[in-house]
Amino acid sequence: MAETKFDLIVVGGGPGGYVAAIRAAQLGLKTAVVEREHMGGICLNWGCIPTKALLRTSELAHLIGRADEFGLKAKLDGIDLKKVVERSRAVAGQLSKGVSGLMKKNKITVIDGEARLDGMGPGGVRKLAVTGADGKPGEALTAKNVILATGARARTLPGLEPDGKTIVTYREAMVPESVPKKLLVVGSGAIGIEFASFYSDLGSDVTVVEVLDRILPVEDADISAFAAKAFTAQGMTLKTGAVVKSLKVSRGKVAAEIAPAKGEGKAEKLSFDRVILAVGITGNVENLGLEGTRVRVEKGHIKIDQWGATGEAGVYAIGDVAGPPWLAHKASHEGVCCVEHIAGVEGAHPLDAGNIPGCTYCRPQVASVGLTEAEAKEKGHKVKVGKFPFIGNGKAIALGEAEGLIKTVFDEDTGALLGAHMIGAEVTELIQGFAIARTLETTEAELMQTVFPHPTLSEMMHESTLAAFGRVIHI
Amino acid sequence: MPVTVRMPALSPTMTEGKIAQWLKKEGDAVKSGDLLAEIETDKATMEVEATDEGTLGKILADAGDDTIAVNAPIAVIVEDGEDAAALEAAVKAAEAEAKSAPKAEAQPEEKAEAKAPAAPAQAQAPATAEAPKPAARPAPKPAPKPAAARAPGGRTVASPLARRMAKAEGIDLARVQGSGPRGRIVKADVAAAIATGGAAASGGIFAGLGQSFPEAAARIEPHSSMRRVIARRLTESKQTVPHFYASVDCDIDALLGLRKEINETDEALNVSVNDFIIRAAALALGRVPAANASWAEDGTKLYSAADISVAVSTEGGLITPIVRSAEKKGIAAISAEVRDLATRAREGKLQPQEYQGGTFTISNMGMMGVRDFAAVINPPQACILAIGAGEERVVVRDGEIATATLMTVTLSCDHRAVDGAVGAQWLAAFKELIEHPVRLIL
Repeated sequence: MAETKFDLIVVGGGPGGYVAAIRAAQLGLKTAVVEREHMGGICLNWGCIPTKALLRTSELAHLIGRADEFGLKAKLDGIDLKKVVERSRAVAGQLSKGVSGLMKKNKITVIDGEARLDGMGPGGVRKLAVTGADGKPGEALTAKNVILATGARARTLPGLEPDGKTIVTYREAMVPESVPKKLLVVGSGAIGIEFASFYSDLGSDVTVVEVLDRILPVEDADISAFAAKAFTAQGMTLKTGAVVKSLKVSRGKVAAEIAPAKGEGKAEKLSFDRVILAVGITGNVENLGLEGTRVRVEKGHIKIDQWGATGEAGVYAIGDVAGPPWLAHKASHEGVCCVEHIAGVEGAHPLDAGNIPGCTYCRPQVASVGLTEAEAKEKGHKVKVGKFPFIGNGKAIALGEAEGLIKTVFDEDTGALLGAHMIGAEVTELIQGFAIARTLETTEAELMQTVFPHPTLSEMMHESTLAAFGRVIHI
Repeated sequence: MPVTVRMPALSPTMTEGKIAQWLKKEGDAVKSGDLLAEIETDKATMEVEATDEGTLGKILADAGDDTIAVNAPIAVIVEDGEDAAALEAAVKAAEAEAKSAPKAEAQPEEKAEAKAPAAPAQAQAPATAEAPKPAARPAPKPAPKPAAARAPGGRTVASPLARRMAKAEGIDLARVQGSGPRGRIVKADVAAAIATGGAAASGGIFAGLGQSFPEAAARIEPHSSMRRVIARRLTESKQTVPHFYASVDCDIDALLGLRKEINETDEALNVSVNDFIIRAAALALGRVPAANASWAEDGTKLYSAADISVAVSTEGGLITPIVRSAEKKGIAAISAEVRDLATRAREGKLQPQEYQGGTFTISNMGMMGVRDFAAVINPPQACILAIGAGEERVVVRDGEIATATLMTVTLSCDHRAVDGAVGAQWLAAFKELIEHPVRLIL
């Protein structure tokens, strides 16, 4: 008979859930994870990881196109899309198996299926009803504490429903059978822009529609503007301040009606071979047995406090289901904070939302942490802003990646690093330097005193800091 | 590695000391600059400051024991993250050392065996001796600086941003509780301290007022060690020493005449009224030795020499350099010595033995136009004499109205050691000497 009594049950085995479970096991809690599909969740199976595998292909395709520039005689001789997708799936599969291995190593019980809250059991424990992966009811479970980490799914807008073939969401966009000639991407957040960049580099004629007045609207305005310029130069069409009024499919083509978001501007009708919808996500809050509990759901997400606690004692929520930013590393960290709080670890700290870096793996890459310049000013900071372009960096030029910008925002009074915003090659690997700086509460002085190795792209982080204080060396 | 705290040398000649009291107890968290204990010799009392941060793990010397050799271990501080084993090892090492080290009065031959292996280690370079082996005997450290100087090695763990914010707002980080990893002081802690008006500003008679009334704009000047010592000692004095005050007016016309004559006789001389006062006070103590005293729990100390502490105002606060055995020194010698001491006091160059100790204090505000005032006793001394300005006043002499230059002096006495009658006798002796200044130069 399988074990049914636990200290902690985590519902959902994504980057929030499985990391929370491992931390709980480390702290000596008897832990189980209930996962309905794949260990590793969307991130690992249908998100972060497989898209990075795809984007590696499109990056290489782009570089091969530039072979002559590097003195190589090479030509892109076509794309084996089946193999591209297979590789992406294999990468995801390998990592998912790895997570299962980690569960075993940490003696965490993994239950295939879905679980929902089902009242209280004797001794004040939570009961969970389980539906097995086969659809049949499983054995009921009990736990002292439950963490809901069920993640989120693509949001759909009325009139813009996906059909899974020509109008798709991230899931189908990740396993294409063909490269569309003309592609419409609705939404210019991280997901939309990554697919736009991927398909553009594979040869699609890409149009991006964004309701707000700039693409990558959560990023600093300078970064959005830089990205817009780069994407336009690559041949993408960007329609900001615009909405897709309707999508009509007929004979394999989609007729899109695109109109200005505000005012009575004229709508235009354009034809596409495929449409990717990336208009945000919504939490998986259904079938969790939340009805009749004190767990509150607002705007598709579970309301939590700083530790992930819901209104119901012993029920916590972390990650995407608990609201933005919808990032795997935020979910993981939130999971750890939540578990440490449950276990009463001394010195446990809640997640500081201001220190969560964000990365978008388009070409050029975008990465940021902390406040944008506009947000900083809005919060009343007097700011000092530094900007350093990739063209001033030796390594960037040697790499043939002289397009990019590193922007830093400091508080004029205290010298606190308020935010860092980057666009350009490999910036997603650089941003952690500024994330550490933020977490350690460094000021410009320590960043200036830090020795950055030469020749690296990281030198630009130094230069950007120097630039904010009028001390830049290489421009 | 746990840090061993040692009995400091308060003066070059000091061989042993007494811990008057421990200001921290075992288990207390200590920060650099915290006062650990009060050390007493026959001449001086001084605080031992912690130079490291951690927890006072073990006290090795009891308060009251007055035969603790200079440099002997008196306590062990364990740093954060060090466990009980580290403390135990350090305590054992320190105790072994204490056993092998001869007490000040002990014969060197005693326990020669125990001492022998230690001798070479002491001769070695400090670098070797400070190796983190509990068994190794650390080389004697130089005597800690007096309380007025903060050890440079002490550090407060705070984030760079927290440090900068604290500096800008005048928040003393030593008083801020850190909430970061391992007690690190982070931005939020300093922000909270700023919001509550600075950790240091809480409490006191204005506590509570700040909540209902907006606080007036103020800049916070962080305390120097000197300021803290002044605050602590004078508060202690006013709260624990029963003061009484007695005043007399002294006619100083004769003294002024004599001073003028002396200064005109020798161009090199420029003696001050204060020099005469020091001399007069010293001779008066000779005539009324009961006033040259200090109260102690086990008995009243009566000093044979008149070591006169002279209050000197410096930028950082008050300091009292000492004219030793002033009763044996002439006016010219006193004058030269006071000038030298005052100059060096203002430059902060006095040695501890030059201002620690003293048996009687003179505080003179006459040159600032103060008519008379009552001074706070400088413990453990029993008396302090406050000098007002010499000014022309109307007096009645033999039934006639006349004018004279009068100087009002006020003696503050510790009633436990000096009774009213003794104070009055001393004032009479002082007045008699001041008004017949020729006796001061005989």
